[in-house]
Amino acid sequence: MTTENLKNVDNDEFELKATCINNSEVKKPWTANLVYAFMGMLFGIVFVKAEIVSWFRIQEMFRFESFHMYGVIGTAVVVGMISVFIIKKFKLKTLDGEQVVLTPKPYNTGVIIGGLIFGLGWAITGACPGPLFAQIGSGFTVIIVTFLSAVAGTWVYGYFQDKLPH
Amino acid sequence: MLELLKQPWPWYVAGVLIGLTVPALLLIGNKSFGISSSLRHICAACIPANIKFFKYDWKKESWNLFFVGGVAIGGIIASFVLTNPNPMVIAESTKEALAAHNVKDFEHLLPTDIFSWNSLLTLRGFIFMVVGGFMVGFGTRYAGGCTSGHAIMGLSNLQLPSLIATCCFMVGGFIMTWLILPFLLNL
Repeated sequence: MTTENLKNVDNDEFELKATCINNSEVKKPWTANLVYAFMGMLFGIVFVKAEIVSWFRIQEMFRFESFHMYGVIGTAVVVGMISVFIIKKFKLKTLDGEQVVLTPKPYNTGVIIGGLIFGLGWAITGACPGPLFAQIGSGFTVIIVTFLSAVAGTWVYGYFQDKLPH
Repeated sequence: MLELLKQPWPWYVAGVLIGLTVPALLLIGNKSFGISSSLRHICAACIPANIKFFKYDWKKESWNLFFVGGVAIGGIIASFVLTNPNPMVIAESTKEALAAHNVKDFEHLLPTDIFSWNSLLTLRGFIFMVVGGFMVGFGTRYAGGCTSGHAIMGLSNLQLPSLIATCCFMVGGFIMTWLILPFLLNL
């Protein structure tokens, strides 16, 4: 881990790096996206079957009363780290033959302020953005309201971005 | 086999599968794992309102919207096809603490006495669903990512900003759970 990328970047650069995460230059028809819908589906099944989308599991985690969520996140990070290490080490290419691009995560003070705000919301709703979608699929239709509110939160952030401390 | 799949999946199975999402997305199409970005793309696609923040090529990122659509479909399959025949198993200590704060339903993934259409217009329901959701959307964008983009993708790539973000997520969660939630649950 380096401290090099702890320099504050400006808002535009920060958000583009944080949200524009398609690093492929290959142009494809929209149907090529169906593979991501399929992967999302598998991901959603794991989310629900391992009960990661459960409000109770998040409560157990923050109350230190179950190892489950720590086990899930910890294992995922270790598997992810090993995978990224292998991809870098052997300079693996994508299925389209492109070099895999790993964008460094940008930093500014928003990481701390926003991180704390998200943490507070995470413990209330019992969901990060991914589980929100899975909870709706699981039949908790009222979570559509939570989801729309999260979209509104993102929009309001966008509206006030230049006035917020970063 | 189907019976086994219907049981709740252990943490190590889920952890490995979620971790493998990182290389799968990278190798299939050079995509970095991250879910909260989808909320920004939805804003950019539906309600850009001439705000600078929403003027960018969201169509290039539309794969992300397909991914989250898939997550919802996965939720349907997991809940209605691979239905767990048993009620949730929740740590007794958590149950007792929550029951003392007016939570009554421990059968489902979410306590339906808080998260339901009926409670949406109560003060408690409004805070848990509407205010909570707003904080999730606002906070993740402010921080530049959520549990997937920072805690999983960012840490996998040894990014210090992501480690800081993940620590802040947890600190925020602890503050809410230990100091604020007991009050909110009793509303």
